[in-house]
Amino acid sequence: MFDKYLIVDDSLRATVDGFAFDAKLGYYRGLGLSMVEDLAITIDGESVPREAVRFDEGGGPLTLDDMEQAYDRRWNFGAVATISVVWPNGLAEGEHALTLSERLRVSYLPFPAINSDAKTLSLAA
Amino acid sequence: MTGTIKRGVSLYSFQEELFLGQMTVEDAIAFTASIGATGIEILPEQNMPSFPNVTDAEVAWWQETVAKHGCELICYDMFLDTKQRKDRAMTDDEQVASIRRDLDLCNRLGIRNMRILVFVRPDILERCVPYAEDLDIHMGVEVHAPWHLEHAWILRTIDVADRLGTKHLGILPDMGIFMKHYPPAFRARFERQGARPEVTQFIVDQHEQKIMAEYTIYEVAVKMQGNKAEVAMAETLRHAPYANPKRLADYAPYFRHIQAKFYEMTPDARDPSIAYDEVIPVLQKAGWSGYLSSEYEGNRWIQDVMPVDSREQVRRQHTMFERLMAAHGER
Repeated sequence: MFDKYLIVDDSLRATVDGFAFDAKLGYYRGLGLSMVEDLAITIDGESVPREAVRFDEGGGPLTLDDMEQAYDRRWNFGAVATISVVWPNGLAEGEHALTLSERLRVSYLPFPAINSDAKTLSLAA
Repeated sequence: MTGTIKRGVSLYSFQEELFLGQMTVEDAIAFTASIGATGIEILPEQNMPSFPNVTDAEVAWWQETVAKHGCELICYDMFLDTKQRKDRAMTDDEQVASIRRDLDLCNRLGIRNMRILVFVRPDILERCVPYAEDLDIHMGVEVHAPWHLEHAWILRTIDVADRLGTKHLGILPDMGIFMKHYPPAFRARFERQGARPEVTQFIVDQHEQKIMAEYTIYEVAVKMQGNKAEVAMAETLRHAPYANPKRLADYAPYFRHIQAKFYEMTPDARDPSIAYDEVIPVLQKAGWSGYLSSEYEGNRWIQDVMPVDSREQVRRQHTMFERLMAAHGER
């Protein structure tokens, strides 16, 4: 759901220890953070380890394991959150192929909901 | 028994534009009023960013905003996160508390109908009935495809309502259960994903004949060696029932609100899939007087290839409602 809109265009940027981008939740309502089971990311074809990912909807950065315990925070419908990645050598300026796959635990579905997007984003110098 | 069917719109219908920030909630309300509809159905977990801690000022904003446009709030779509925690399921007490939280907010908003997700257990709802009665809120279990009006799971809720003799527990039909024809928008997307036209035609023909889904899935997956898109299309048949619209009359005492699901409207304001031409006469004859609340769900079937215009789709559906109500209301 909303797959092609998950990664926000032109949001890739360098950080002190890696890179970050903005994303939305692929769902027609907001969801408590504890029900986001995984945010799987690849950059230029390389898988990002789960431990390297941080999520921040505005309440402060969380590891994905901590996100699963965040019972009082929500990723709202249509709201932009920051996903940052600890990536020791950083990214070179120029274009990068980014993929994001969100795995959600939706109570009324018998299986996890998975939404995926792939975009090429440009990293400015 | 006489009644007039009213026209409303669920904010679910504008999910594409709301998600993308191309419309605000007030835009959606103003648009609804502009097509002569008077009811607004809301999804607090979609439309209220502060949920579940909604302030009195926010509640007042909703009431004032719908009133300003000559509309009223007609239905509250609840959710229940039984899988909130990874380590265990919600307890029964926690489920009841969550539903009571929603009933409270529903009441603060002045809404008298709550859409209950179909998977919520009847015995949990039974425990909520005294509270719903106190607040005078009707809890309607969503009869959503592939369930239908006489599915055994739905009948369990009817049984509880009968045993309790309550007017505050019942059902809330989603018109997706009356899929008389396979939606062209579904077919077109599967073809864009690689389904061959001869296979999609076969699936459409099977649906048109109302052949049990499992036969068609086996034909496509095994005998025709269907590709991924073809098998996925065949599997949609499991969720594409055509229930008997006449049954709406039998169950009319149990519902006060209808979700008018649709996937696409033609430019001449016809629904190529859902049998509204059969549904509306049955409702009129039964003297049913609730809201038909638009629930446009076509965006996900076309957003890969074209811009979505939810307003135009909803407008066409209401043109159809007016035409069908006028045609049959004179009898």
